[in-house]
Amino acid sequence: MTHALEIKALRKDFGKTSIIRGIDLAVRRGERVAIIGPNGAGKSTLFNLVSGRITPTSGEVFLNDSRIDGLRPYDIYRRGLARSFQITNVFANLSAFENLRCGTLWSLGYGYSFWRFLSDMRDANERAEVILEQIGLSRKRDVAASSLTYAEQRALEIGLTIAGGQDVILLDEPTAGMSRTETERFVELIRKVTEGKTLLTVEHDMSVVFGLADRIAVIVYGEVIAFDTPEAVRADARVQEAYLGSPLAMTSAGH
Amino acid sequence: MNTAFIVISLMNGISYGLLLFMLSAGLTLIFSMMGVLNFAHASFYMLGAYFAYSLMGVIGFWPALIIAPLAVGLIGALFERYSLRRVHRFGHVAELLITFGLSYLVLEVVQLLWGRAAVPYALPPALQGTLFTLYDIQFPKSRSFIMLVAVLMLVAVWLLLTRTRIGLIIQAALKNPEMVEALGHNVPRVFMFVFGGGAALAALAGAIAGNTYVTEPSMAAAVGSIIFVVVVVGGMGSLSGAFVASLLIGIVQTFAVALDISVATVLQPLGISVSPQIFGYALLSLTISQMAPILPYLFLVLILIFRPNGLLGTERG
Amino acid sequence: MGFSWSEIERSFWGRAIIWLAFAAGLGIAPLLFRSGIAMTILSQAGYVIIICLSYNILFGQGGMLSFGHAVYTGFGALIAMHAMRMAGDSGGWSVPLPLIPLVGGLAGGFMAVLFGYVTTKKSGITFAMITLGLGELVAAMSLMFPGFFGGEAGVKADRVYGEPLFGFDFGPQIQVYYLIAIYCVVCTALMYAFTCTPLGRLLNATRDNPERVEFIGYSTQRVRYLAFIVSGFFAGIGGGLAAINFEIINAGDSLSIAQSGSFLLFTFLGGASFFVGPIIGGIMLVLASVLLSDLTSAWLLYIGLFFVLMVMYVPGGVASLIATNVAVVHSGKASRLIVPYIGLIVASVAALCGLSLLIEMTYHTQFETAKGPVMRFLGATIDTHQSAIWIAAVLYTALVGAFLRFACLRFMSGWEKIQEEMDAAQAIEVRP
Ligand SMILES: Nc1ncnc2c1ncn2[C@@H]1O[C@H](COP(=O)(O)OP(=O)(O)OP(=O)(O)O)[C@@H](O)[C@H]1O
Ligand SMILES: [Mg+2]
Repeated sequence: MTHALEIKALRKDFGKTSIIRGIDLAVRRGERVAIIGPNGAGKSTLFNLVSGRITPTSGEVFLNDSRIDGLRPYDIYRRGLARSFQITNVFANLSAFENLRCGTLWSLGYGYSFWRFLSDMRDANERAEVILEQIGLSRKRDVAASSLTYAEQRALEIGLTIAGGQDVILLDEPTAGMSRTETERFVELIRKVTEGKTLLTVEHDMSVVFGLADRIAVIVYGEVIAFDTPEAVRADARVQEAYLGSPLAMTSAGH
Repeated sequence: MNTAFIVISLMNGISYGLLLFMLSAGLTLIFSMMGVLNFAHASFYMLGAYFAYSLMGVIGFWPALIIAPLAVGLIGALFERYSLRRVHRFGHVAELLITFGLSYLVLEVVQLLWGRAAVPYALPPALQGTLFTLYDIQFPKSRSFIMLVAVLMLVAVWLLLTRTRIGLIIQAALKNPEMVEALGHNVPRVFMFVFGGGAALAALAGAIAGNTYVTEPSMAAAVGSIIFVVVVVGGMGSLSGAFVASLLIGIVQTFAVALDISVATVLQPLGISVSPQIFGYALLSLTISQMAPILPYLFLVLILIFRPNGLLGTERG
Repeated sequence: MGFSWSEIERSFWGRAIIWLAFAAGLGIAPLLFRSGIAMTILSQAGYVIIICLSYNILFGQGGMLSFGHAVYTGFGALIAMHAMRMAGDSGGWSVPLPLIPLVGGLAGGFMAVLFGYVTTKKSGITFAMITLGLGELVAAMSLMFPGFFGGEAGVKADRVYGEPLFGFDFGPQIQVYYLIAIYCVVCTALMYAFTCTPLGRLLNATRDNPERVEFIGYSTQRVRYLAFIVSGFFAGIGGGLAAINFEIINAGDSLSIAQSGSFLLFTFLGGASFFVGPIIGGIMLVLASVLLSDLTSAWLLYIGLFFVLMVMYVPGGVASLIATNVAVVHSGKASRLIVPYIGLIVASVAALCGLSLLIEMTYHTQFETAKGPVMRFLGATIDTHQSAIWIAAVLYTALVGAFLRFACLRFMSGWEKIQEEMDAAQAIEVRP
């Protein structure tokens, strides 16, 4: 078993329109894969299918060789896959710290317990503090998520995703809407916190893609048109066509 | 049990079911457009009955049948404009709470103005008596009038929704409120119109049900929970689901009321007699007619267990 | 900033002092208020606080708007009552009286296990409607099985049975009060503790964003279901205490939707987003139903009006009203609000007088015709047959209403300005 995540002939139709039209993708353990593609290509939909937010019309998804398609999101999470969202999706009225601590509870085995105090759970508290530090929100420890700035909320979104220590991580446009310096800091952060893990990230920023990814998957109209090393993808004629231009267009940032 | 009984019960059931639909249609429309569960919907129904009763003394039944719903519709629209819209920014729970508060207030005000006992809201001469008699069982004119009004209302609402400009905007706003607003339509005004319209429909139902059944302060609570059951059973936000569920519940309840059968009476011919000493006597000797009031709620529980999205509902929050 | 309320609340000793003060307050209350009516109020407040707090586990902490909470309090009360009856019948299975509330708690919890399975399948508005349906189901059933539910007459039991415990036989009301007070402190502490556990926190998370909870490994349905059971358990304890307090329970009333509605209403009025909110709400419920109902027969109308105004203008309830005002005082800007506040209060009182005069006169002519046309209002004698009085009352109310509106606008503009300034100040403080 070398594949952390394996997707076979995955399809999703919304009504009559086919959004994911037969995707095959096998991601090796410990690999960093960037997923790129034009707006509306179906990247987020692919993540939604894999993470259990929506059920596929047909096809199969395997996580560490066990089948996960059609399972509920929490089941998939418990088997070791965590994801972030393109649109920030955190617990608005809880503080940054509480958000992260919630994210650690399942993995640390606390389940649904109501006979133990959170404050006595040293491992959960320490882990939450460490992640708070990593994502640079220590100063905002007790500020409600809804009162954080956009960039801070994005950081919290990533923090919540990695808090449980799952070994397959899906990040949906983690750096969207950030400034140059914020993006650089963020990529460093992502690199650091996903050390030794399998990472799939949707990204529009080409400098990030080429800097971070071991392999790149290009999705256009619900199909993977290329899945290879950055160099090979850059040279791929179909990819260049899809991106309407020369290799230059791809190296310049954005879409 | 004979055919005549079945036919008459069926007609009674349909008439009651259509009445429920007059109420649940407005409730569903308001819910699916505005996301607001209007707890006070049955209160508008009650106001309709009381207004019609009071107006009847002044201007006669037929004009009252038109004026009362209009007046209640106006109250509904004003409530939407000055209360509901204000709490909209606090979220759906606050919206539900304000309508809950309104239902509370309406009940108290009705008791204050008309007293705690039932009022003598009588049928006009034209609707008194029976429409036809099948063997020995009579079918009253008033019930058929409810059916007639309900069907007319259905057709009118359908025409309004499909043939008029505002109807098309309502349909579009059902699917995508932001888009409609972006196209330059005044969505808040449409909401006010829909809320007022729903209140007026409920009031019309009240005006025709008030003299067929009884006009009293508890009449709102009596149908209020049933129409919620209808909306959940039919599938939240589904008009056709509400229609099916209304008729189903109307018919089932009407039949149930007329059936004096219990487990004990069924067992009797088989030679098993159920006496008060045996365990569960209370349950075994309970007749279906005694169970009639809880049938809609049992139905609700069963639907939720076996079809969580309702009869015709689709996946929704 | 120095000394702040939230710091007291966070430190261990601060918390210990708050809890001791709460317990001591309940302990000495009967010594301060000695009248019979005070005893009634205190006893009822003790368990109504438990019930409102248990309701708020659903409503404030879990975002679950239940219209059927009386099912769990009512069943707790009924089963507790039957347990007391059985204990009273000699030879029966006898639970000592101080443990009867726990019997009620188990009954409430059991019903929550049963019904929660269905209701917590859904959330939001659908959840609200289902709890209403189930509430109606149970209320209607109570009429079908008079043997168990007691029918019109209700279920009665005597709370004095068996050997006295440490010399207490729980006959005198004061002994019952202290039993209730002990339960009140313990249950409040337990429910507070619940908010500090993983399930309690996940319940908040489920309220804020159910979708994301599923992506951190939890089933929101399971979270809601477990919280529902916890809530049902405490509701049942409250019901059991009510049974002991009254020694009679009318199932038709105590299982009714109206009863559920009043728990919702007062929990909201107290303030659902604060732990203390339901405590305030519970006290208000008892004061209203004992004192206000004595003062005027139209009390439900006033409560309804108050509720609607609160939903519109103070959606956080009384607790948030206190909290925001304390914050304004802390910011040192309160002096700017003194005049608008005085204006607002004077106008409100004046408007309330006008409105209640109209309501009371209508009420009098509607329901108290037997007493003749003359009624008393705030010490004055009023002849409701004189149309001049009616005209004057309407004119006065309209006039004062306009004044109130003006005072309101004035106050709001001042208030909002201060809130803006405080928000801005806070933003500067946090910025690195
Ligand atoms: N629930 C849904 N129902 C119908 N259509 C949907 C649904 N979800 C997504 N779509 C459609 O599927 C297509 C792909 O959407 P998706 O969000 O996956 O794109 P994306 O590649 O993530 O784009 P972006 O870069 O803008 O995030 C879009 O055309 C979208 O409108
Ligand atoms: Mg996307």
